[in-house]
Amino acid sequence: MSALEILDPSAERDPEGRPLAGRPPEGKTIALMDIRKPRGDVFLDELERLLTARGYAVERTMKPTFTKPAPADVRKEIAARCDAVIEALAD
Amino acid sequence: MAAELLVLVKHDCEVCDQVLPVLADAAAAGAPLRILSQSSPEETAEQARRVGLRAVPDIDVDLEVSARFDPEAVPTVLLLDGGEERGRVEGLQRERLAKLAGRAGAELALDGLPELRPGCASLTRDPAVAATLAARRARAEGRLRARALEVGALEDVFDALHDRGLTDGLPVVPPTPERVVAMLEHTGRGPQEVVGAVPPYGADATVEKVAINAVMAGCPGETLPIVLAAVEAACVESFAWHGLIATTYPAGPTVIVSGPLAAEVGMNAEGNALGQGNRATLSTGRALQLVGWNVGGGRPGVEDRATHGQMGKLGSCFAERLDETAPWAGLAQDRGVAGAETGVTLVATEGPRVIVDQLAREPEGLCASLALALESVAHPKQRLAFDALLVVGPEHGRVFREAGWDRARVQERLFELTTSPAGELTHGAGGSPEGIDPKFVSDPAMPVAKFAAPDRILLAYAGGDAGLFSMVYGSWAAGEIGSAPVTVSVEPWR
Repeated sequence: MSALEILDPSAERDPEGRPLAGRPPEGKTIALMDIRKPRGDVFLDELERLLTARGYAVERTMKPTFTKPAPADVRKEIAARCDAVIEALAD
Repeated sequence: MAAELLVLVKHDCEVCDQVLPVLADAAAAGAPLRILSQSSPEETAEQARRVGLRAVPDIDVDLEVSARFDPEAVPTVLLLDGGEERGRVEGLQRERLAKLAGRAGAELALDGLPELRPGCASLTRDPAVAATLAARRARAEGRLRARALEVGALEDVFDALHDRGLTDGLPVVPPTPERVVAMLEHTGRGPQEVVGAVPPYGADATVEKVAINAVMAGCPGETLPIVLAAVEAACVESFAWHGLIATTYPAGPTVIVSGPLAAEVGMNAEGNALGQGNRATLSTGRALQLVGWNVGGGRPGVEDRATHGQMGKLGSCFAERLDETAPWAGLAQDRGVAGAETGVTLVATEGPRVIVDQLAREPEGLCASLALALESVAHPKQRLAFDALLVVGPEHGRVFREAGWDRARVQERLFELTTSPAGELTHGAGGSPEGIDPKFVSDPAMPVAKFAAPDRILLAYAGGDAGLFSMVYGSWAAGEIGSAPVTVSVEPWR
């Protein structure tokens, strides 16, 4: 038996490995993104309370619908104004 | 450059056996003549010994020379001048052979050989070899660009493909270059054309990549245009395939094929239309899912966060039954595909479920039954967020056809009948916390529709002759906030 050649069905991309970012120091701005799932606001309200108590500034943001990726403008806005982002994956 | 003769032979050919000693003698005597064998070195050496040659002919490695001149038969004697062909004789044709040799200044001792004897099929015409050569040509010409992967001789190919994460959990057909090139014959589109950007990672699905995954899914070649159309439709932004892959909901793309091509490629739209046993439908649905899996990169437990999933996520495809029993034209045709063409409609659905009504013989009563069952899509209290795909069975379809109810009328009536008083739908009504926030309800008698519009109840027609059943697929989050059905014609992909 000899070796068999097959064609790669994948996208042939090698994702770049990235280390986890360090925890931002106090005073930095954290974006809290509501993905528009029911009760996501409850989760984010609590996170905002905890983050504010620890000295972080918080910016609330949301995407138009949970079913689709956040639009580029929303992502750009967060990148421009904030140092880190937390998404609320509620339900 | 001077003219020379190039001879192609193979070991298991009696005519080659007859001619070889004459040709070898001429070469030994200084004639500008080179013999190349299509066979292996061992076979060629054995033949040389058998016919009494003093030197073993060279080997046409990988049949490169044979593929270039592509003779039908061997022996073939080619007259070349500066590498360009100036003439050839295939098989044993004494007179023509002598003349051809003469043009190269060579004399062949052909006396004693038969005047005329057809040769044997060139190895390049062996179907398996021809497929390999076609694949090599496709690679050389840039039609095949996918990375080649090697499965070792000691590996089981099915295990190897699975272990490399390239399958959906079931065995796949190994996508050899030969199979992929044969698959690509079934579309007029170029292999490097982009069909769509596949989520979640947005990689381009080229026709070649779709063909590779179609081979793996087990597609008959004739279905490739349908698979390509399905991939095109799935990549349309309003279909929201990204979210469909990522969602916790047990939904995936269902492909509905409407039009004459369905039967031509062997799709079954009758008994067991949504079930097992039909290669064309099963493999088409699976090919789309494998494109999502391999090109898009969405994997269960990683990008795909489905709570339960469902078997239709292996592949979900059926064909509409558009024969004389059909109560209306096909779904794709209703959504804009020309009547003579075949269209595919993609709907983000959960698994199908039966609706039984064995007593209704007139459309009003049948609609009432269907509406009752449609209320339960997702949850009776879930309103406006989900669509339904209703696959009307032939015995139910006959009721509508004989009463002259067209698609729009059935949709309109089902829409009206799936309206409930708000008071029955609020949080806590019937003891269930699910439902509408009472702050949005000023009047408990206010009618609340189940579906956002009549045409959000999609109607298809399929199934066997017997059985007073229809089937319903609930959709994933529908419309603007989720996935909208997408219909495209298969025609551009043929």
